[in-house]
Order: sequence, then structure tokens, then C-alpha cells
Amino acid sequence: MESKKNQNQNEKIENMELIISKTLRAGVLISALIILIGLIIFFATNNSGYPANSYPTSIAAVLKGLLSLKPYSIIMTGLLVLILTPVFRVGVSIITFFQEKDYMYVYITSAVFIILIFSFLLGKVG
Amino acid sequence: MILMSLEILVISVVAGVFGALLGLGGGLIVIPMLTLLLGINIKYAIGASIISVIATSSGAAVTYVRDKITNIRIGMFLEIATTTGALTGAYIAGLISSKYLYIIFGLLLLYSAYTMLKKRNEELPVGVVSQPIAKKLKLEGSYYDKVLKKEIRYNVTGVNKGFGMMYIAGVISGLLGIGSGIFKVMAMDLFMRLPMKVSTATSNFMMGVTAAASAGVYLVRGDIDPKIAGPVALGVLLGATLGTKIMTNMKSTTIRKIFIPVLAYVSIEMLLKGLGV
Repeated sequence: MESKKNQNQNEKIENMELIISKTLRAGVLISALIILIGLIIFFATNNSGYPANSYPTSIAAVLKGLLSLKPYSIIMTGLLVLILTPVFRVGVSIITFFQEKDYMYVYITSAVFIILIFSFLLGKVG
Repeated sequence: MILMSLEILVISVVAGVFGALLGLGGGLIVIPMLTLLLGINIKYAIGASIISVIATSSGAAVTYVRDKITNIRIGMFLEIATTTGALTGAYIAGLISSKYLYIIFGLLLLYSAYTMLKKRNEELPVGVVSQPIAKKLKLEGSYYDKVLKKEIRYNVTGVNKGFGMMYIAGVISGLLGIGSGIFKVMAMDLFMRLPMKVSTATSNFMMGVTAAASAGVYLVRGDIDPKIAGPVALGVLLGATLGTKIMTNMKSTTIRKIFIPVLAYVSIEMLLKGLGV
């Protein structure tokens, strides 16, 4: 009885690890692809879409440039996707811990998520 | 222009391999290479190194999490300490002289390099008895070691010390902007007595989370230059993927032997900085 319970527990954990790994791989591949496309267009056209030595420095500016397919904005979009993968990873972990009914870790991971958002807003964590 | 991007790419592949292997962010390689070798301004080199940390972390985590080498519970639990520590560090910056911090933590790293040197031939930790709190937090785990060809079950001790050290590691990285990985590996190896592979993989998993929080600031400040950070991201992702393949097929003792000189180098560099040399 006990061993069956353990086995189920192990299967669940394994499942969770697969889900997190797959989300990460998707995020990583998408970002790499976007960056690569941006770099290729940049080198092919020799035009960044922005005046010399300047580039978008806010999410809004990146998205705006993306609409007109400016190479630097495409690269920055890929970088933004990459930056978001760890945040995403924490979010997915909360859901999977919840599905496992491991409430202690739902709290722990949520705490990490909140601190993360908090410091993102404060913009002070180094 | 293309040539420089290719050079950045090659440097980044190397940084990714070592970062994934040792659980470090890659800033250790990316920053000096970009500034000294390619003459890139330190501001953009630091911006690129933040991208490098995230790329190493996410790139390596794909494999380490799937192969269960990463201990997600330990990572999440300790992440509370690192993130709050980093917040504290950012707030007390300016109140404390960074000079003494460099000296104190330089010495601490030097000491841990010495302890690691003593157990350089230890493939897996022996005689570790789990603390009750480790059991309560379900921190114990297991992974399949490809080199030893068996399932490795491990116990966890020193939870309080590890947690405390992680908080301090967070403060330090918030204050000095360094040590995204090195203090994490040290705390897990020295205090919590985890297998070396679990320490580096879990450190890798964690450092991306902390770096993501600060990446936004660097972006807004204009430190992330797409023509530098773009090739860095691609190179590091590629390197980290390679690094995970090397790591899983490497003996823990070998990883440790590569880690010790890096640890010694960083500690000496910190001491020199603290002494104002």
C-alpha cells in the first residue's frame, strides 16, 4: 500500500518535471528562433531600423518596432521571450504543485513568484 | 560587423558550456572577454551577461529538470532566501562599504575552495543524515547518474545554514552584482551536502529566476544592446545545451576539480578588489 502510494507520488513528480522541461524548451526554442531571424534580417539588409547606436529600451518601444518588423525590435522581442522563460517556469511550477496537491510548495513557489513580480516592479534586484 | 557577432557567438558558446557545467552564470567569462578582447563598453558587457545568466539557466534547465538532476523543491525553497536577500541588498547598497564585503566574501570563497580541495576525490557525499526539517520540506531526492550507472538517492542536511547562506548570497549579488551562481553552489555543496551534480544543476535552475527580476532594469537603462546581447543569447543557449551533455557524462570529482580553480580565482579577485589593488 505504502509502496504504491510512493510510486504514484514519483510518477506525479516525474510528470511535473516533464511539463516544466517542455515549457522551458518551447520558450528557449522560440526565443532563439526570433533572435536568429532578427540577426539574419539585420545582416542581410544592413539596417537595424533605428538611427545609429540606438535601439528600443522599453517593452512598448520593442513591440511598436516589431509591428514594422524592424530587425533590432525582432531581436529584442526574442530577448524578452528569453527573459520571461524563468518567470514562466515559476508560474508553471505553481500550477503543477497545485495539481499534485502539494500545498506547502504551492505557498513557497507563490511566495517566490510574488517576490519576483515585486522586485520586477521595483526594478532594484541585482 | 558580422565578424564581431561571430566572435561574440564563439565566446558565448564557451561561456554557456562552462556555465551549464558548473552552475555559474557565465558573467565570469562573458564580461572579461567582451571588454578585454573585443573592447566592448563594460555597461553593455554587464547587460549581455544578465542575458547570459538567463540563457544558461533556461538552456541547461531543459535537460537537468527532465533528467531529475535539478531538485525543484530545494531550488524554490532557497529562492525565497535569494530573492529577499537581493531586495535587501539593493536597499542597503550605499550603507555598507563594499570594500569590506569584498574582503569578507573573498575569504569565505577561499575557505570553501580549501574545503572543496580536501574532498576533491569524494564522488558522492557520504554519511549525510537528513535533518527533520529537510524531511518535512521533502527536500531529499534522487537522480540517475549516467556515469555511475545507478539511481543516486541523497539526504539533505544543513537546511538552516544553507538558507541563511542563500540569503547572504542574495544580499551580495544585490549589493555587488556578482556571485549569481558561485555562492549558490557553495552553500548547497558545503552546508547542505548535496551531490555536486545536484548542486550545479539546482544553482543553474535558480539563477535564471533572480536574473529575470533584474533584467527589466537593465533593458530600460539601455544596457541591453541587441547586436551584442542577441549573439550572446544564441551562443550561450547552444553552449549550455552542449554543457549539459558534458556534465551528465562527467564524474562529479571531475566537475569539482574544474570548479575549485574557478572558485580560487574569483576569491582572489574579490580580495584584491577589497584591498584596492
